[in-house]
Amino acid sequence: MTTDAQPLRRLLPRVPDRFAAFGAVLLAVVVLTALLAPWLAPYPLDEPRPLERLLPPSGAHWLGTDQVGRDVLTRILYGGRTSLFIAVAVLGVSAVTGVTLGVVAGYAGGWVRDVIMRVTDVFLAFPALLLSLALAIVLQPGVNTVILVIAVTWWPWYTRLAASVAASIATRPYVDAARCLGVPAPLIVVRHVLPNSLTPVLVQLSLDAGGVILTSAALSYLGLGAQEPTAEWGLMVQQGQTLFTTNWWVVTFPGLAILVTAFAFNVLGEGLRNALDPRRAVR
Amino acid sequence: MIEVRGLQVRYGGRLVADVPELDVAAGECVAIVGESGSGKSTTLLSLLGLTEHAEVSGRVRVCGVDVLTASPRRLREIRGARAALVMQSPQAALAPATRLGVLMRRALRLHGRTDVDRVMARALEAVLLDPEILRRYPHEVSGGQAQRFAVALAIALGAEVILADEPTSALDVTVQAEVVGVLHRLRAERDLALLLVSHDLALVSTIADRVLVMKDGAVVESGPAAEVLARPSHPYTRELLEALP
Repeated sequence: MTTDAQPLRRLLPRVPDRFAAFGAVLLAVVVLTALLAPWLAPYPLDEPRPLERLLPPSGAHWLGTDQVGRDVLTRILYGGRTSLFIAVAVLGVSAVTGVTLGVVAGYAGGWVRDVIMRVTDVFLAFPALLLSLALAIVLQPGVNTVILVIAVTWWPWYTRLAASVAASIATRPYVDAARCLGVPAPLIVVRHVLPNSLTPVLVQLSLDAGGVILTSAALSYLGLGAQEPTAEWGLMVQQGQTLFTTNWWVVTFPGLAILVTAFAFNVLGEGLRNALDPRRAVR
Repeated sequence: MIEVRGLQVRYGGRLVADVPELDVAAGECVAIVGESGSGKSTTLLSLLGLTEHAEVSGRVRVCGVDVLTASPRRLREIRGARAALVMQSPQAALAPATRLGVLMRRALRLHGRTDVDRVMARALEAVLLDPEILRRYPHEVSGGQAQRFAVALAIALGAEVILADEPTSALDVTVQAEVVGVLHRLRAERDLALLLVSHDLALVSTIADRVLVMKDGAVVESGPAAEVLARPSHPYTRELLEALP
């Protein structure tokens, strides 16, 4: 991770490498299909047709039907909305909390940093998935629970990242110059430290999105996340797993959707990281 | 404008600067000379109360404010507005993603200045900069321009004291002369008190009235610039002079 954050606007004209562009396009397709699900989906979301149970892929049902006769393609399109919403919500909550605390810790230093960092240590001391699981068991299963329990384990990483970047920004001459001009500390943080700390956070966000989707799928798979009849990829995999040998399409396609989305986010994040840190670029 | 008595700055018990006496009057230029690590920059920063995590003792008055006992709010009022710091690396001292005009405007507003546009135009004129520079980002200006902009900012804010920390060492020779010329002229025109930290004796000899020579945190020699540079009494000063090309 580069600590040498550059202002975003200087990076915009730079063309990302082809691999990253591929990730971005792939991600755009996933997001668009999820957003346009109501128009793209060939069948209504919740319309079990018991007579059409477990039909293999065909002209009528491109990706087949599931154990209660619902169109798998339709469920995947709608499921993308749930999964992407979870990813955005988790990362939003984590980044806002994490970066705010991190920037304060990094700029203030001293005991303020020590207190904030020790708190993140406590959260990071638990294995993430285990902590999420424990919390999810206590709470009512559902999409909101998934968001909450993943965010709880995710924000400390952003705090650590932002704190290290902010600490390096805080020693830059222009920050000294701002202090020499009599700019109050909160204004320095908001105007200089925060914006200049965001670039590595942005990279981390795109790298993490895939991980969040996988984690939420894992929670749903364990029955602690989204519940029927919500369409969610992890849940679809869980419900179809016993059918894998006989009706492979029920579980394979939602699994592929998870894979493709996580892959797209990772490739994009990797590309962003290379674009922002020339030393990492392998050409 | 600057009055220092018995200033001692310690980091973790180690004495890094010990200045028994330092005065700079309006219209006067005093230079602190010494090698890297001699405590000259620390002395400069302590004048604005900017030495963090350091124990500072003694008495420091800048523009009539007792720096060591003043409230943070009072300190912020004099920083920039009455005593401005010009830093060593001029471009690095400008926020990279901010146009110079925005930066200057914000600084003026921060200190409650009105009639901002006229003040800005006049200040730029005083340092011979084209007002067009206000539309540029720091990476789009040269080192000399950035340094003159820093001086313009001080002028715009109405600073009476300019503290310059190696203001020319990051610049090439022709540009150095430009910046020195501006500082020299403004000091006379506006009766500025100029405290200069430098290891460049050529620069010091052209601009300073008085000189303090520092070594390992202590002042080893001080006096009128012409006298100290012509007849150095301390061996270290002689060494510095001999190192001149």
